Amino acid sequence: MTYKVSEEGNVSTVFLNGEIDMDVTEKAKEVILPLVEAGKEVHLNLKDVSYMDSSGISVLIESHQKALEKNTKVIVKEVSKSVLKVIMMAKLEQILNLE
Amino acid sequence: MNLSESKDFLVSSASLKEVRTFSRNVFEKIQLPQDQKDELVLAIAEAAQNIVKHGYKGVESTSDRMEIKISLKDGELEIGFYDKGKPVVPGNVQHRKLDDIKPGGLGTFFIKQIMDGAVFKKDQQGWVNHLVLTKKI
Repeated sequence: MTYKVSEEGNVSTVFLNGEIDMDVTEKAKEVILPLVEAGKEVHLNLKDVSYMDSSGISVLIESHQKALEKNTKVIVKEVSKSVLKVIMMAKLEQILNLE
Repeated sequence: MNLSESKDFLVSSASLKEVRTFSRNVFEKIQLPQDQKDELVLAIAEAAQNIVKHGYKGVESTSDRMEIKISLKDGELEIGFYDKGKPVVPGNVQHRKLDDIKPGGLGTFFIKQIMDGAVFKKDQQGWVNHLVLTKKI
């Protein structure tokens, strides 16, 4: 997994790339959670994420819940078809902010 | 079409990508819709992850290996997982309730959603655990 972060005002956009599994979840959390902790609105762009397993879904849930605690939000954007299927299998499409 | 292929992997989260590559390569040889292949790869990766995460919980690194065997016979797909981790008590293998939204506990749920059967067998032959996932395809 690789990533790129862009900032515009209070919005941080994290572009994730590749496959997100247990081996890279700590790295993903290290990128995303400090932005949420800082009160940023975080946009997670997943258009280049080709695979995500339950560990990746856990990162989305943890980020979402942390954002609620911090009165901000995490928006999951441009979800690839394969990742959307996993999100739907976990019945999270109504819980996470998907755009 | 019948086939049987197996491969062993170091028990490590770093092996999960290799597990997916092996699975994808095997499923390339089977006529299945891509969506179904993707689901099967996810189920295999989740089961392998469970070995790393739960079977070797508290173990920082190990030289142990796990084996995955994918067999197709008469339209029945059977995927075997062999490991030497902590003995699994099948009754303790449960996923979290879906409406209890929190990180974790989804891997087993995904496996149950995707596969027809998931059974721990007692024919380990030198291994500690032998999980068998099955699906009619």
